[in-house]
Amino acid sequence: MSTSPALFLAGAMVFPVLLSAPALEAQDLERGQEVYEQWCASCHGAEGSGDGPAAEYMLPRPRDFTLGLFQIRTTGSGELPTDEDILRVINEGMPGTTMPGWEDELPQADREALVTYIKTFSSFFETLGAPEPLELSGATGVSAESIAEGRIFYDSIECWQCHGQAGRGDGESAPTLEDAAGNPIRAVDLTKNWTFNGGSSVEEIYRRLRTGLDGTPMPSFSDLLDAGFMTDDQLWNLAHFVRSLAPEEEPTAQEVIVAGQVLPGEVPTQVTDESWDGVESFYIPLVGQIIESPRWFDPSVDGVWVQALHDGTEVAFRLTWGDRSRSPDPAWLEWQGWVLNAMEPKEGGEIFPGPRPDRLTVQFPPTIPEEMDLPYFLMGDEQEPVYQWRWSSAPAGADKATARGLNDVQSLGSEGLTSDAQWEDGRWQLLLRRSLVASDPESELEFAIGQSIPIAFFAWDGDNSEEETRGSVSSWYFVHLEEETPPSTYVAPLFALLLTGGLGVLVVRRAQRKEHEDGVWAVSGAKVRPAMARGFGLTVGAVWLVFASIALRNSLSGWSEGYSDIGFWWGVIAAFLTIAGIVALVGTARHRYQGPRK
Amino acid sequence: MSRFLNFTKTIAPVAILGVTVGCGGGDAPAGGGGGGDAAPAEMPFDVATAGNISGTVMFEGTPPPPEILDMTSEASCAEQYDGDPTQSFVTVADGQLANVFVYVKEGLEGMDFPVPAESPLIDQAGCEYLPQVLGVMTDQPLTIRNSDGLLHNINASPTVNRPFNVSQPVNMETERNFPAPEIMVPIECNVHGWMSGYIGVVAHPYHSVTSAAGSFDLSQLPPGEYVIEAWHSQLGTQEQTVTVTTGQTTEVSFTFSEAMAGAEVPLGEPFDPHEHGPAQDGIGRVSE
Repeated sequence: MSTSPALFLAGAMVFPVLLSAPALEAQDLERGQEVYEQWCASCHGAEGSGDGPAAEYMLPRPRDFTLGLFQIRTTGSGELPTDEDILRVINEGMPGTTMPGWEDELPQADREALVTYIKTFSSFFETLGAPEPLELSGATGVSAESIAEGRIFYDSIECWQCHGQAGRGDGESAPTLEDAAGNPIRAVDLTKNWTFNGGSSVEEIYRRLRTGLDGTPMPSFSDLLDAGFMTDDQLWNLAHFVRSLAPEEEPTAQEVIVAGQVLPGEVPTQVTDESWDGVESFYIPLVGQIIESPRWFDPSVDGVWVQALHDGTEVAFRLTWGDRSRSPDPAWLEWQGWVLNAMEPKEGGEIFPGPRPDRLTVQFPPTIPEEMDLPYFLMGDEQEPVYQWRWSSAPAGADKATARGLNDVQSLGSEGLTSDAQWEDGRWQLLLRRSLVASDPESELEFAIGQSIPIAFFAWDGDNSEEETRGSVSSWYFVHLEEETPPSTYVAPLFALLLTGGLGVLVVRRAQRKEHEDGVWAVSGAKVRPAMARGFGLTVGAVWLVFASIALRNSLSGWSEGYSDIGFWWGVIAAFLTIAGIVALVGTARHRYQGPRK
Repeated sequence: MSRFLNFTKTIAPVAILGVTVGCGGGDAPAGGGGGGDAAPAEMPFDVATAGNISGTVMFEGTPPPPEILDMTSEASCAEQYDGDPTQSFVTVADGQLANVFVYVKEGLEGMDFPVPAESPLIDQAGCEYLPQVLGVMTDQPLTIRNSDGLLHNINASPTVNRPFNVSQPVNMETERNFPAPEIMVPIECNVHGWMSGYIGVVAHPYHSVTSAAGSFDLSQLPPGEYVIEAWHSQLGTQEQTVTVTTGQTTEVSFTFSEAMAGAEVPLGEPFDPHEHGPAQDGIGRVSE
């Protein structure tokens, strides 16, 4: 007891001496190197030059740490990142690239050791010392006015030169952009903030406007504040505007695309028909085709929005997806060459730039499968082919096809399939329309109402050199052609309810009157024994309860499929029927024959 | 006219005021080790002993035809050209080659020179850099002006100095400097992919860019023997050893030729990123 405090004190004094700063750093470095070599080197390279074995399959390429150039920082243009900046990228990853976040994968100490180790790859960290973060102001409030002012500056400082008028990354300069290493780099699609390298929030957008993204064409706008061209608040409003271009939340894939039913003849024939505006949109994510060779690791199309309608005779789909050009666009020919040089040599495919169209294919099984027995999602196989609609931007139009694998697709002609497409401001919208009944049921899908029909999507951006196996694919989803819900659906049960209820009341009243007058129950002059009357009352009650349970089932399925109005009204009907049934049952059961009134 | 006319009118005075009063401040990039400490106020030798180098750079053969630029998207730039907008990096008149960066490569080691007070200017006018090639001394402020009043970004990608990438969407000026010697620092505009410029950074004031007549001057050098290098963005580099004597002007001439087109042109200092010393193979990046 008496020695331990002394020992503790001595230990406390010796400990920092034993583990002095350089010693701690050496430990950190050693651990950092271990972690780096295990988890980072395969992409970033053993020497940190961004040339690990996996790097050639990535665009943008992994960071080359030897240049001391970092995109996501809190420091001025051209300055080194702070330790916290590097740690943040390790923690959160780089959305829109192949760099994942490691916060949940590695212990904090390992991630900090990595920061120490990564800094050894460039001697700038040694010669320049610790950088100072920019002093950034706090966010201004967001309002319709602030967003509108942000739009004015988006126009006046020409963000659209790269990012496009609607922000979809399709500006005039977009096809000429390359990064510091000479690789092609896309102007980000501002409507997809979940792909923003340095984070999606308005604060992170503002920060990047101040710092720029070093090593990319995205410059810093801090000098504009220094020059007095814009105020800090105005730059914040620009950030608010950019944020407003993207939805509140990143869209998530839903399993089932619901095709609502419209009145006969009201399925739109034009892609720009206003009736599409109110139709629910379903998001289907797409990824590069990396199963069959030549594989494709630089997909341009990362998702399709799908809307669908039918009228009992025809079904129409409207597909909307971001695409930076209307291929083939000669302005993007050079871009194709860059992309192919960066991505293709290892895969051995056609590597010559050329006029390739944009394409989109919608895929179904040839018949609705009994169980969940689906053809192979990558365009089927020899045993189980798939049925497709194939649209192309040049020559413009769509045909039907049977596919038995990616490289075995036979056209079925275009009879009965109509298409209408429009490209505007970095976005395709495409309408595809066909009758529910197939012109050749042998090879073509017959659409059935009320069933879940498997559906999948493929997209190719021609100006990104995409064709054949180089493209984007989805897995199987389902499209559900909504069953007809005419007004009689709602009226009939109500009518039946009122009718049965009214008849019931009539029967009971007359029976009661007879009971009082004659001491017997009678219906329509026929005498009824009390036991029969009781049986009648109980039967009516039971039937009402059966009806109530059917209404309740309809109500629940309405709610679960997202049709709250249908769910609500069936719920009301179910409640009525339940009450009526219970009253009938209880009332009849409790009734005691009292004989003629005295 | 341009949709930015209104902005330009309103902003230009403000911008100029901002530049005069507020620039040259916090954002100047620090360099990688090569820069000297505080520069001396005076020349490190007796200027009465100075001599000069003067010369011409010749071109033999037929220069490539100027490249025709598609400037349809920037009408206000395009209209500054007679006929089709063109650009040439091999500019020859009467056999004389312009835009060659000539500088003292060896012979001034160990001498610290005062940084000239004036700030050399690169203007962006007609969607091109004027001049295409420019020399500055280490730590000397360089002014980058936008006279076009439309969006340019100045993306400088040195190797031993720190890079920068700043936006100039309106008529305005930006000031930057480079602390370390570097032959050459490329600058480009990502909005207008054809815009390329080159900045030579040396640790002394003895550098020059050949005029339209192909001539250059390196004045007021201490007497001695020097290696002079001539650098051209497409035709590569040449060296000569030159002796400077007090009160004399030594004539030098370099000759580039058609056959040198496509030569490997050193761009950025050759350096080992890990050590920030000379690269082992002695080759830095190479211009495209």
